[in-house]
Amino acid sequence: MRHTLSVMVENEPGVLSRVVGLFSGRGFNIESLNVAPTLEEGVSLMTITTIGDEQIIEQIVKQLRKLVTVIKVVDLTELKAVEREMVIIKINAEDAKRAEILRIVDIFRCKVIDVSIDELTIEVTGDHGKIEALINLLARFGIKEIARTGTVAMKRALQN
Amino acid sequence: MELTGAQIFLECLRKEGVEVVFGYPGGAIIDIYDQLPNYPFKHILVRHEQGAVHSADGYARATGNVGVSLVTSGPGATNAVTGIATAYMDSIPVVIFTGQVPTPLIGNDAFQEVDIVGITRPCTKHNYLVKDINELAYTVRQAFYLARSGRPGPVVVDLPKDLMQAKTEFIWPEDVSLRSYQPNLSPHIRQIKKVAELIANAERPVIYAGGGVVSAGAEEELTWLAKNLNIPVTATLMGLGAFPGNDPLWLGMLGMHGTYAANMAINNADLVLAIGARFDDRVTGKVDTFAAKATLVHIDIDPTSIQKNVAVHVPLVADCKSALSALKDVIEPTLEQNYSEDSHAVWVQQVKQWSEVHPLRYNKGSKFIKPQYVVEKVYEISNGDAIIATEVGQNQMWAAQFYKFKKSKSFLSSGGLGTMGYGLPAAIGAQMAFPDRLVVNIAGDGSIQMNIQELMTAVCNNLPVKIVILNNGYLGMVRQWQELFYKRNYCETCMDAQPDFVKLAEAYGAVGFRVTEEKDVTPVLTEAFALPKVCIIDVRVDPEENVYPMVPAGASLSDMLLV
Ligand SMILES: Cc1ncc(C[n+]2csc(CCOP(=O)(O)OP(=O)(O)O)c2C)c(N)n1
Repeated sequence: MRHTLSVMVENEPGVLSRVVGLFSGRGFNIESLNVAPTLEEGVSLMTITTIGDEQIIEQIVKQLRKLVTVIKVVDLTELKAVEREMVIIKINAEDAKRAEILRIVDIFRCKVIDVSIDELTIEVTGDHGKIEALINLLARFGIKEIARTGTVAMKRALQN
Repeated sequence: MELTGAQIFLECLRKEGVEVVFGYPGGAIIDIYDQLPNYPFKHILVRHEQGAVHSADGYARATGNVGVSLVTSGPGATNAVTGIATAYMDSIPVVIFTGQVPTPLIGNDAFQEVDIVGITRPCTKHNYLVKDINELAYTVRQAFYLARSGRPGPVVVDLPKDLMQAKTEFIWPEDVSLRSYQPNLSPHIRQIKKVAELIANAERPVIYAGGGVVSAGAEEELTWLAKNLNIPVTATLMGLGAFPGNDPLWLGMLGMHGTYAANMAINNADLVLAIGARFDDRVTGKVDTFAAKATLVHIDIDPTSIQKNVAVHVPLVADCKSALSALKDVIEPTLEQNYSEDSHAVWVQQVKQWSEVHPLRYNKGSKFIKPQYVVEKVYEISNGDAIIATEVGQNQMWAAQFYKFKKSKSFLSSGGLGTMGYGLPAAIGAQMAFPDRLVVNIAGDGSIQMNIQELMTAVCNNLPVKIVILNNGYLGMVRQWQELFYKRNYCETCMDAQPDFVKLAEAYGAVGFRVTEEKDVTPVLTEAFALPKVCIIDVRVDPEENVYPMVPAGASLSDMLLV
């Protein structure tokens, strides 16, 4: 099963490679990983999505907690969480297809951020399901390039 | 007053109470060596950096204190890596200081530069590159704190040369606190009560003790529990000595080369108390069948050890000593009421019978000297009071099987990584800590050649370690696998081209003995053990002797090959 982990770390050199090295060294899988500073000075937040059975996820969480530079690990999968990912997609869009693509863009509330004669570049944000659905829909037009941020996530309010 | 980085570093070691440093100098670390004579601790100049770390590790295992080594950048640091990984796998507290090129050169492929923090990330508990002289003292303090607290382990601190020359005020940080590192030491009392209840209701309980018992210093509590509740005890390689090896409840080691009684007991137990052990594959054999009839209780300070290899029923994250003394506190008041003297008597009888039917044994009366016989004699002559270091291979297993460890911290062996070349430098470290004890390295003819250069370290520091080579002319353990599982294809395991170990000992200024007949084993060992000198005793043993019992890799513990 896919899990989203929120990992709070000391923001110091090498902390990313400690985390990534843990995954590669122990044969765990990283689907996406996203890091940026938080409001608290010296602390960064990583959002890691990973796939594994319960036993593997338990190990991943414990092993992460064991790293000296990791402050806190929360498995957001068990909680209600808001998840978002931003994706930029460059897609074939000759005249004949353009209208249809724009209709999809509209339905999915994406933004067109660049246009050329035969290409459109669009930006989309959404949860995992929405992104996958959009990519599936657009695939048949021919996706030329794709750039994804990976998931960022946060626990919903009013939960302990 | 301002001090240089090198002085601050050495002041820190003084504050930490360091007594001995095992090291090897070089350009990147020369500023520290320049100051070294002004400080009270002893520096042992090894002959290879791997030896420095193994010696610090042997010192740590024998004393329970943190071992320290000091090496230069680049090749000095990479030579240390095997030692670091060895300590990591066995959770041994050592701090390794590595020189580094000056900070402006870092990342420029400078002379003797290597990213040792990157290289050792997966085999250290934690590591640091010090980037600011004002962080030096605090980093050293943290390194010692991390190495010895929680689940112990090696910590590397990389010291750039320019920081050793820079100056600042020395401020010793009295306290260390790391918000992200809070090892959980005290047990959950509800879990403790549950364990007590399980023990009270168990008919066939077994204690399976590991190195965690030794590092927590919980031997006494463990022994109290076993003796008062009449529970048989087995241990891993790392746990040897945690329970007296001459006690009637002692089953011997379990696992791949464990005793018949220990493995059968695990297989038939209805309750297994795993204490400071990590269900290593060399111990469990086929995981699904390990202790399949038992309720499994697992006490360990490291949450990652729990549920990693085996699903346990009652997990208990705590320091082994606090957990066992909490357990004692719960059990003691009801001892008379809940446990009679003959509780588990039938079970203990059964276990004893297994020991009698298949004791550890070997074929006597052969024309060759049997290696097991040599280990037995080492035990007898040393009265079981020696510190035994081993290399890796058959020699290690025979030492584990045939030397009865009465006290903990007296068996030094590379369990997790299985590092050939560990024994001699580790013995040196232990002898440094205990100049008056007998320290014996039980070695193979292959392994001893992996760090043979440390003979010089032993000789010139008057560390009279005894090296008993069980010389079978083979890389014996690998040959045994080839014999049993690879149709006797003895490819590249015959070591018939060997140095003359007696002459070699002499060349280094040590004393060499050669033993080729069984009748000479006792007199030669007796003579060598009494000599206040480094000795090599080259014992020519049966070339094709095997270690039994043996559970083939991946098989169930019940599928033991016996003698
Ligand atoms: C550094 C290292 N290289 C290789 C091995 C693989 N290995 C395990 S046991 C062994 C044979 C050891 O031979 P020897 O030291 O002669 O001991 P014996 O088994 O004969 O007692 C080897 C090569 C190892 N454990 N460590």
